[in-house]
Amino acid sequence: MLKISLSKLDSLFELIGSEKTLYLPIEKAGQVQFYQYEKGAKVRLDALQTVKSPKDLFFPQSECYARFQVKQNNISIEAIAPCDDKFVIFGVRACDAKSFELLDRVFLSEPVDAMYRSRRENGVVVTLSCNEPEETCFCKALGIDAAAPAGDVSAAIVGDELMMEARTEKGKELCEKLAALLTEADSKDIEAYENNKKAITEIINKLPYSDLDMSAFENANELEMFKSDKWEELSEACLGCGTCTFVCPTCQCYDIRDFDTGSGVTRFRCWDSCMYSEFTQAAGHNPRTTQMERFRQRFMHKLVYFPKNNDGEYSCVGCGRCLKKCPVSLNIVKVIKGLGGNK
Amino acid sequence: MQRAEMIKAKILELMQNKTVDRAIGWKRGEFFYDNSPAVFETPEELEDFVYDSFCGANLSKYLVKEAKKDGKVLVCIKPCDSYSLNQLLTEHRVDRSKIYVLGIGCDGMLDIELIRAKGIKGITAVKDDGETLTVDTVYGERTLPRSEAILGRCTVCKGGKHVIFDELVCADEEKEARGDRFEKVSELEAMTDDERFAFWRSELSKCIRCNACRNACPACTCEKCVFDNDASGYASKANSDTFEENMFHIIRAFHVAGRCTDCGECSRVCPEKIPLHLLNRKFIKDINELYGEYQAGETDNGRSPVTNFTKTDAEPSVIYERGGKN
Amino acid sequence: MAENVLVPVLGVVTDVRVDTPDVKTFRVVAPDGKKPFEHIPGQCAMLSIPGVGEAMFSITSSPTNREFMEFSIKKCGCLTSWLHLMEAGQQITIRGPYGNGFPVESDFKHKDLVFVAGGIGLAPLRSVINYCRDNRANYGHIDIVYGSRSADDLVDYPEIVNEWVKGEDINVYLTIDRPQEGWDGHVGFVPNYVKELGFDVNKTVIICGPPIMIKFTLAGLVELGFDKQQVYTTMEMRMKCGIGKCGRCNIGSKYICKDGPVFRCDQLEQLPAEY
Repeated sequence: MLKISLSKLDSLFELIGSEKTLYLPIEKAGQVQFYQYEKGAKVRLDALQTVKSPKDLFFPQSECYARFQVKQNNISIEAIAPCDDKFVIFGVRACDAKSFELLDRVFLSEPVDAMYRSRRENGVVVTLSCNEPEETCFCKALGIDAAAPAGDVSAAIVGDELMMEARTEKGKELCEKLAALLTEADSKDIEAYENNKKAITEIINKLPYSDLDMSAFENANELEMFKSDKWEELSEACLGCGTCTFVCPTCQCYDIRDFDTGSGVTRFRCWDSCMYSEFTQAAGHNPRTTQMERFRQRFMHKLVYFPKNNDGEYSCVGCGRCLKKCPVSLNIVKVIKGLGGNK
Repeated sequence: MQRAEMIKAKILELMQNKTVDRAIGWKRGEFFYDNSPAVFETPEELEDFVYDSFCGANLSKYLVKEAKKDGKVLVCIKPCDSYSLNQLLTEHRVDRSKIYVLGIGCDGMLDIELIRAKGIKGITAVKDDGETLTVDTVYGERTLPRSEAILGRCTVCKGGKHVIFDELVCADEEKEARGDRFEKVSELEAMTDDERFAFWRSELSKCIRCNACRNACPACTCEKCVFDNDASGYASKANSDTFEENMFHIIRAFHVAGRCTDCGECSRVCPEKIPLHLLNRKFIKDINELYGEYQAGETDNGRSPVTNFTKTDAEPSVIYERGGKN
Repeated sequence: MAENVLVPVLGVVTDVRVDTPDVKTFRVVAPDGKKPFEHIPGQCAMLSIPGVGEAMFSITSSPTNREFMEFSIKKCGCLTSWLHLMEAGQQITIRGPYGNGFPVESDFKHKDLVFVAGGIGLAPLRSVINYCRDNRANYGHIDIVYGSRSADDLVDYPEIVNEWVKGEDINVYLTIDRPQEGWDGHVGFVPNYVKELGFDVNKTVIICGPPIMIKFTLAGLVELGFDKQQVYTTMEMRMKCGIGKCGRCNIGSKYICKDGPVFRCDQLEQLPAEY
């Protein structure tokens, strides 16, 4: 395990930034997001969560992938090469790190999504354990340990030090490049690190949703869940906006659209939300015309359909963003409790 | 607490004597701060009714859907929400005969995000003595002045008066309006073009196009929004460029100009805390200055100055000159 | 550089045939004059006019056609209206094939097959019918029940009366919804006609048409004693990616573009009826 004093973080960031594009939780206009690091940026490693999840570094909100020129009868097609910028994303929490694994299951399964894969291959993920988890966190219920996040390098803030440990080849390579700034942790540091982990676990055990009962969804019968009479009540207040979807680290539905630039047509894919009224609108046919149906689809996908197709993994990492951001305070915990029958 | 019990008792009475068939209010959440709007159809369901400092949601827009159903629906309306409701009635979006308006008092709502912004984490409970909030957290107890956690829109208040109601419960009609709602708008007007552009770019670049502002807005009640129409050519869920990002909000502000009651839902629901209400307030300020003081939703049959031509309207040249100055 | 599967290739429309007042059949080849790609019956392709949009269409031609692909397309939205304005010689973009297709080399082999189609629903079945006709020895008796609103709305009518009816061990039953001058065939809705015809319950049935037709035909077949395991249908929904990732075309845990569009009715019954 390696360490660096918190007071030297700026030089660490500058060194990483000199090699690769570096993304960090940075505050701009009052909100913390993963932004590209620049000298003087307001880095907020203390912020538990960014408003948007870091998924957009691998799956951007909109991404162009082809250009067309249409001249009379003829069309020319130009594929836009996937982005191959080498980057480091620093300060990813355990829940968000897990979301990358879930996104991998979608985008890296055959046929592989070339745009996602390129970003994934070129990105190095440095995670950060959560010293101060919040009441909205329920990662533990989903089998995630906020004290031991995954990633290429896992980091933790222990007292005045940042501790780092490489977990993959990519991670080792990064740590080697930073060798000049890092020192080897001694047994005292390791002890402090272990104590810090214990303290985190103690806090997590105190959080109200840490023992959220997911048993109702284990091998759930999709038809029975679908037909539950709870959906009407659960979805009653839903405004049909896309906030939950867009802040969610695992939502991955997308739309494909053409944009006429005036000098050609650019085709891009962009985030979409199953909560939107026109999501499934086909010419003269829409299988989901009510907000209840759309609401049900979103949560059935996360809790039943996705696990069915992915070895029982839920498409939720317990980050709690939807708990904080829904304009009318609907969220996945209320759905889990409502459908699971526990109060 | 007592107030919630009185409102609940009143709703129960109106349900039991068949004045109303159901009621729209707020339902207790999992925490103390995550109450959700809900429709109560039975006395049993009413058990979960709640009314406290975390009932910011303006319920008037739910009537567009709920008042179309059979029977009469009661709606809990705070003073500022009553303007939105009046505006919906003015625009014939809600049938007055299908609703029962229960006007309820409000001391100003709290914003859990503002408490969190103080670095207070792991919040489990809050005690509110009217002056100070005592917050229990898994990391211990914290206190802060109530005034620092008050919902943005409640920092300026139209006062305690309900402009529409069938009955009042625990209302404080005498409570006076407070705050200068145009203060920030004047600040923006005083900026140079470049400064103002920089301000809005920095705010609007946070927009994730979730459409929460539009979907929560009581003035946005089109059956089909242009941004939801695939054939319109607009990408409703992503910005093709920064120009479109700006235009989405500006177009929306234009569309609700003269109809926006300044209820503040847009800024309350924005996950990125973009001060969207400032766009609307700029329009309100301009309307006031050009056509005389006007409050949308003041009455249930008013006509907005922007849709009502009069001989005394300001000439375009006046507006042009003014525009030239800023 | 890895290939981006969402980027389409060029297709050239070499022929446009008017089938009915609102259905046209487009013949498509690659710019080199060959077939754009190989497929199995029941699979689909994404066609697009850049700037207008991209949508999924079933491949109407049989894989046994070595020269070109055909798509029978009903004018019902923005992209299809643009396609209907196309003339021979114009280019479009194409990618595919997508979906599972019909089990022509497994479950269908050596079986007696009954095809039941309504309106434009014949489009995906035409691929299977012609495949079976071209590999005649591999399949048993073939019955084709095809109906539409009027005689003018029967898609591919010349092929049906000139070729299919003459096929060895093939019976074709046509019907239209309402009586019409010059029509001396059967009049009545498809589900009722299927019941009237009362097929042997050991046959395998393949249905495609409007959802309401599928629903009533299936009910009729069950009444006749058919097991739902012997009945196949092909589904349609709005799609964007075609590869099971954009999250739009699911029926419960299944994606139509990847796990479908062909489903056996007993399997479909286990999924939420949201289509």
